[in-house]
Amino acid sequence: MAVDSVVTMHGAAKQFGGVRALLPTDLAIASGEIVALLGPNGAGKTTFISLALGLRTPTAGTARLFGLDPRDRRARSRCGVMLQETGVPEYLRVYEIVDMFRSFYRTPLPRPEVLSIAGLEEKTEAAIHTLSGGQRQRLYFALAICGDPEALFLDEPTVGMDVETRRRFWSRLRDLGSAGRTVLLTTHYIEEADAIASRIIVIDKGRIIADAPPRVLKDRVELKRVSFDGATALRDEDVASLPVRRVEHENGRTSIYTVDPQAVLRGLFSRNIDLENLEVVGASLEDAVVGMTSGADVR
Amino acid sequence: MSTTGWERVGPLWPSILATARCEFMRLYRIPGFSIPIIAFPVMFYALFGLPWARQHINGVDVGDYLLASFGTYAVITVALFAFGVTVSNDRASKTTLLMRATPMSPLAYLGGKIIATLFFSFVAIVALIAFAFVTHGVDFEPLTWLGLTLRLLVGVFPFITLGFAVGYLAGPNSAIAILQLINLPMSFASGLFVAMPNMPAYVRSSATFLPAFHLGELAWGAIGAPVEPAFVSIAWLGGFTVVFAVIALRAYYREETKTFG
Repeated sequence: MAVDSVVTMHGAAKQFGGVRALLPTDLAIASGEIVALLGPNGAGKTTFISLALGLRTPTAGTARLFGLDPRDRRARSRCGVMLQETGVPEYLRVYEIVDMFRSFYRTPLPRPEVLSIAGLEEKTEAAIHTLSGGQRQRLYFALAICGDPEALFLDEPTVGMDVETRRRFWSRLRDLGSAGRTVLLTTHYIEEADAIASRIIVIDKGRIIADAPPRVLKDRVELKRVSFDGATALRDEDVASLPVRRVEHENGRTSIYTVDPQAVLRGLFSRNIDLENLEVVGASLEDAVVGMTSGADVR
Repeated sequence: MSTTGWERVGPLWPSILATARCEFMRLYRIPGFSIPIIAFPVMFYALFGLPWARQHINGVDVGDYLLASFGTYAVITVALFAFGVTVSNDRASKTTLLMRATPMSPLAYLGGKIIATLFFSFVAIVALIAFAFVTHGVDFEPLTWLGLTLRLLVGVFPFITLGFAVGYLAGPNSAIAILQLINLPMSFASGLFVAMPNMPAYVRSSATFLPAFHLGELAWGAIGAPVEPAFVSIAWLGGFTVVFAVIALRAYYREETKTFG
């Protein structure tokens, strides 16, 4: 087993009663990767992360963390973790809980550094029950990084954050990534996966259906999008004979998805349709993923 | 880079102390916990002890006797609630899940709560003794104070394991009710509110099966009342500690399998 492998799964599977939450999975996450685990709610993302961290035991196969049993405190000492819907004692102050979590590690980050990375400097003395949803997420992030971890496991970390905070959070994750840290985060925001990940694992109904860098996933869907204003002149029979996969109208703008944009444009021009603000772009990651999963909840 | 070393895991004692500090602060900041726990024993003592402080009961002053009784009640209440309520809250809010994902030792979780409980118990005893002293309810030698305090702290362990068991068996709201249903009748039937000699015979004979009675005996012994030998009290308290610990651990492992299986 490679020493620099953070997570290794060999046929790891999890069944809850009759529900197969994760089908047998073979996978390795190497040190330094930023991996987004993308899929709709109930796809098996949290189960995956729970097996990787030893919070759940696989019903078949094995999961290893830094080559160790994930429940081993030596393995956990190299990780930082943000989980969904966990709490901390409400009457404590931010610096108190941060100091407590720092005490679980031998070489923690200094408290000011933790609070500054998490963007909580102003809230050092605040009681936890006074924090907003987004500040709370930042507190959990602070607790995750206070041990100066080699690997971060973040289960839906940006839930409850506003757009601005979310973007700042992404840039902090990218900083950690460029500092050589491993990040595994689950999300159902395609934009989030695309913004930070070097590798995207798409999971649906407990099965990994894609595992590739964002660019490769996008290339996998060869669709191009031809979009323009002035759709009023466009009639259905105008596009019927063209190599078109899908047509969308939104706010007076028309988008045509096609594998052959040249043919579509030639067709439209030959019909003398006035195309304002014409744009031809590669399909987004969203287009790629919605095509693969059942699509529900992925946005 | 080694994958087998403990070089990143925090040492045990600092993490126990850091946890103890947080546990104490969270108890201290819950007004529904800290105020009644300090004030009720003092209030009981003012109402039931002070007016008859110089009369005699069981061969000692009523003031002394009831100081030991309400001191016992105070530490039992601290231990039951400090453990029962915080453990059930930690489970309900999934704090335990988050802590499990860290390299925190279970000993730090347990040890931190024990130290916070002992410290809070100490504060409650000192508040009660100080009140009794300034109101001239007692005039003890310092050694007697020390003996009483130490005995109460040593004897609090069965209530720690009992609180832990309730914390693992009950939800956060039912835990408070269950703990009151245990605490008040047990304290009453153990002679902490009404002195044992004034109790009906059937209460006196059955009290021996209650842990609170044996902690009371330990405390009354410290102020010179005639009681069972201290080693008998300690043996009973040790036995109860083990029995409740077994129940608590069974509940703990049952939940482990359910939540982390």
